[in-house]
Amino acid sequence: MKIHEYQAKALFTKYNIPIPKGGVAFTPDEAKKMAETLGQFPVVVKAQIHAGGRGKGGGVKLAGSIEEAQKIAGDIIGMNLVTHQTGPEGRLVRKVLVEQGLDIAKELYLSIIPDRATAKVVIMASEAGGMDIEAVAADTPEKIIKVSIDPLMGIQPYHCRQVAFGLNMSPAVIKPFVSMLASLYRLFMDYDCSLVEINPLVITAEDTVIALDAKVDFDDNALYRHKDILEYRDLDEEDPLEVEASKFNLNYIKLDGNVGNMVNGAGLAMATMDIIKLAGAEPANFLDVGGGASAEMVENGFRIMLSDKNVKGILINIFGGILRCDVLAKGVVSAAEKTGINVPVVVRMEGTNVKEGRKILADSGLNLITAADMKDAAQKVAQFVADK
Amino acid sequence: MSIFVDKNTRLMVQGITGKEGQFHARQCIDYGTNVVAGVTPGKGGQKMDEVPVFNTVKAAVDQTGANCSMVFVPPAFAADAIMEATDAGVDLIVAITEGIPVMDMVKVKNYLEGYRSRLIGPNCPGIITPGECKIGIMPGPIHKPGGPIGVVSRSGTLTYEVVHQLTLKGIGQTTCIGIGGDPVNGTNFIDCLEAFEKDADTTGIVMVGEIGGTAEEQASEFITRHVTKPVVGFIAGLTAPAGRRMGHAGAIISGSSGTAQGKIDAMKAAGIHICDNLGMLGELCAEVF
Repeated sequence: MKIHEYQAKALFTKYNIPIPKGGVAFTPDEAKKMAETLGQFPVVVKAQIHAGGRGKGGGVKLAGSIEEAQKIAGDIIGMNLVTHQTGPEGRLVRKVLVEQGLDIAKELYLSIIPDRATAKVVIMASEAGGMDIEAVAADTPEKIIKVSIDPLMGIQPYHCRQVAFGLNMSPAVIKPFVSMLASLYRLFMDYDCSLVEINPLVITAEDTVIALDAKVDFDDNALYRHKDILEYRDLDEEDPLEVEASKFNLNYIKLDGNVGNMVNGAGLAMATMDIIKLAGAEPANFLDVGGGASAEMVENGFRIMLSDKNVKGILINIFGGILRCDVLAKGVVSAAEKTGINVPVVVRMEGTNVKEGRKILADSGLNLITAADMKDAAQKVAQFVADK
Repeated sequence: MSIFVDKNTRLMVQGITGKEGQFHARQCIDYGTNVVAGVTPGKGGQKMDEVPVFNTVKAAVDQTGANCSMVFVPPAFAADAIMEATDAGVDLIVAITEGIPVMDMVKVKNYLEGYRSRLIGPNCPGIITPGECKIGIMPGPIHKPGGPIGVVSRSGTLTYEVVHQLTLKGIGQTTCIGIGGDPVNGTNFIDCLEAFEKDADTTGIVMVGEIGGTAEEQASEFITRHVTKPVVGFIAGLTAPAGRRMGHAGAIISGSSGTAQGKIDAMKAAGIHICDNLGMLGELCAEVF
């Protein structure tokens, strides 16, 4: 799960990690009040969306007065912000963060991530702060410091010193930095984060260390033990169809194509998307109904797929294991009857009780196209979509 | 022959009295797996059908000689269950549970170092040596006993699809392993490739990967150096968008890392026969093996 910068900074405050003074504003008037409270200029007005690259897209601006802060907030709130992470359609900005401007001496990069290959927690840091860290890693990997931590032992002072000296910090800065890094690690572990990133972390002219930006992502599997974080979820930042699907425990991701597809199992669902593309069409979604799908889940999956107006054909690909083909077939028939499917539906079923399943589909009187195997199914559905 | 499990495996089921655990324990027994014990804290002394249930893994091991455990414990308690089995000296732990927090698995993985237990999974369909021993949730009848092909995969139903196509072509399997779709898992591709390479009855390997992480790239390097048997490979997720978790917690492209194309390139460079069209995998295997 992702959260906004202002929410991440609220968490930072809880852990005594220094952030600039400021606060969130939902209207230009609130931005004005925040600028008044800060009382020192310039202030920075930052668009709050769940995507990076906001500065380049015009979502981060400096204001030299209260009036200017109000005006800039008015420009940014309601704008459609396009960044390299939002895709060409952009994202509507609904709130801004208004913060004091800082006298910056140096910008650094700092993050904590789990390393899936080694099963350690890794601190990444670089003196090339404020830049795209992927590009830094690709072009100048020697500029990135990596320190691995055994999660059973936890962070030790020498880990922090390794990072601090690696960043060529002056003695005055090392002490506050070490304490900040230890706090950041604690936050990462306490909240089952999948990423904590500060880019840039700034050293000010007064030798203080401040998190100018804040990005915190959480492991969805662990949200059950962090109810306070669930309150940070912003449904406006998610696709409405994906929100709807999540209510029924369906794994749905909307894509740009026109062939809807419903599959049991994530790997097979991805492979089904791939074979649709290979047959010359484009998948409209990823939809995994899971191993133990009920007729109700299948029905909701259908409804959600069909709410995507781009969908011109549907491919159902089920390999019956635990989910028996006859159960799936009943779900499809009942969904078709209730939803009124108006696009061609190609069904490919294999596995447990496949004969019974095929019979139910054949006897239903519905206009369902059956396919012999995956290749056949993909070609058939691609053909229908092309003919439209 | 086979790898990791065979007719001598003595299986215990952690979480045997739960709905899933009970259902799949019965399926495994029906297939012929030697299920000797179940564990559910607080239900020791009861029986699930003919299988004795114990309060602790240690008691189950001491009294039945179980050497393998299948874990059906819910995600919030699964890490604890895996560590309990590890501490009790169980040789092989197969964790089916989906949805275990990543940091729990990070800790489990570090905990396992220094113990001799092998963990398969979590979030996996399990492991089967067709005709001898099924530990997991895969449908038994799609498999063909007797070998000579080993299958290793990060997926569930995608593995069934692959096995089904092999069986339709008359190609049997020595052992099929699902290593799971989570970012941090126990047994990896390399462990399985190494075991298949050593197994005299396995003459070829099918390796099924997907987007996310670098396991396929590392496996490709290993194959270049240490695997003499032919390998057929498939990668799911060529059309998956970056930055989105595709069902499996581990199936996510982060930045430029973990793409399907990157994995396919690495596998081709290692001499793996790449299957471009999943619908044709059976044909390709018939050609290669």
